[in-house]
Amino acid sequence: MIRVVLPAHLRSLARAGGEVTVDVDGPATQRSVLDALEASYPMLRGTIRDHVTQKRRPFVRFFACERDLSHELPDAPLPDAVATGAEPYLVVGAMAGG
Amino acid sequence: MSRVRVLVGTRKGAFVLEADGKRDKWDVSGPHFAGWEMYHVKGSPANPNRLYASQSSGWFGQLIQRSDDGGKTWEPVGNQFTYDGVPGTHQWYDGTLRPWEFKRVWHLEPSLTDPDTVYAGVEDAALFRSTDGGTSWHELAGLREHGTGPSWQPGAGGMCLHTILLDPSDPQRIFVAISAAGAFRSDDGGTTWQPINRGLRSEQLPDQDAEVGHCVHRIAMHPSRPKTLFMQKHWDVMRTDDAGERWREVSGNLPTDFGFPIDVHAHEPETVYVVPIKSDSEHFPLDGKLQVYRSRTGGDEWEALTNGLPQSNCYVNVLRDAMAVDSLDACGVYFGTTGGQVYASADAGDSWAPIVRDLPAVLSVEVQTLP
Repeated sequence: MIRVVLPAHLRSLARAGGEVTVDVDGPATQRSVLDALEASYPMLRGTIRDHVTQKRRPFVRFFACERDLSHELPDAPLPDAVATGAEPYLVVGAMAGG
Repeated sequence: MSRVRVLVGTRKGAFVLEADGKRDKWDVSGPHFAGWEMYHVKGSPANPNRLYASQSSGWFGQLIQRSDDGGKTWEPVGNQFTYDGVPGTHQWYDGTLRPWEFKRVWHLEPSLTDPDTVYAGVEDAALFRSTDGGTSWHELAGLREHGTGPSWQPGAGGMCLHTILLDPSDPQRIFVAISAAGAFRSDDGGTTWQPINRGLRSEQLPDQDAEVGHCVHRIAMHPSRPKTLFMQKHWDVMRTDDAGERWREVSGNLPTDFGFPIDVHAHEPETVYVVPIKSDSEHFPLDGKLQVYRSRTGGDEWEALTNGLPQSNCYVNVLRDAMAVDSLDACGVYFGTTGGQVYASADAGDSWAPIVRDLPAVLSVEVQTLP
């Protein structure tokens, strides 16, 4: 079980109260977590990464274990603490005005 | 008694304003989708409880919301807008080439007859259609690919397809307008397109007879005369009586013929409304006086409508999709401002009062007349 923390606007969109959890088949990677997240919450498709290219949207960042994983390869393994559910995987809206 | 429902899109959410036919006491609900840019909210003429809304943000991109109960509850539907094929390039402001890239949906136009069919005008300019209630979207690529697309360039607000008019007398005929490319018409349901910009003049273009490149801000049609269109261009108010084959200027005595919205009275096809704005670049009312101008002669002769509108220290703008009319008798006219006011007139513009005055900047106003 992997814990995912979404930014407030995406929690509202997903109608999720707080942290959400997903299960992944095989290794826990950013791609497998986001695939599982979008399978459970299809309304999130296109809001975190592009529908077609699967690239992270520019103003979205991925953090875990006090590290910025935004520029890691999508198929790189996530830290063990995330894969075991000890630490959450954070989807964060970048600091920007407006 | 009939009712009206005003659908307001703002920079930070959507609002629904409802009143009975007297239009003097209003219920306000919202913000819906608080914090998101709501470029447009519009109801289906075939089922007034079916609404579509364009929701977007710089962080999380584009969403489309659908309501089946008049805006009380909403459901996110499809948000994948993928251009057909390899989209190629268009002109950038500096004359270089830029690849077509989807940014947002500016305008949603539900079908006149089928609640599940809806058109979306997007930036970078293209027209999409859904026939399953917004679940899936498919580009009508004949518009972007008819030949002039590579020469289109953005206006100051982006290269947006902002106006979609469906001809009530001919289901195959569609008009669209793009800033800053111009107006286009399809006579085969959106498969093929032609530019309809003859007669437009734009000093920003080296060739005054240019087929495209004109910064059309808005087009309006009265449903009883679908070959007559009124246009607010970047500068100039224009009119055509042959479905865009030829345009002529009808700015007449307007104090400035720059502006964004234009609309037509629900029962008088020759009564037209505009909001003259000072430009270049100021984009606020002349002398701080917010004035709607009305022509009862299809253009050329215009009168200022000021009763109830601020006549000093007013420096708001009225954006292109932020004016609408109801179909009650007398015709109601509505517009929203970048200062967050939504003004209503229940007497065809003779007098005005704010429904609300402190919303976020208003991007769009639509009105539904309900039984």
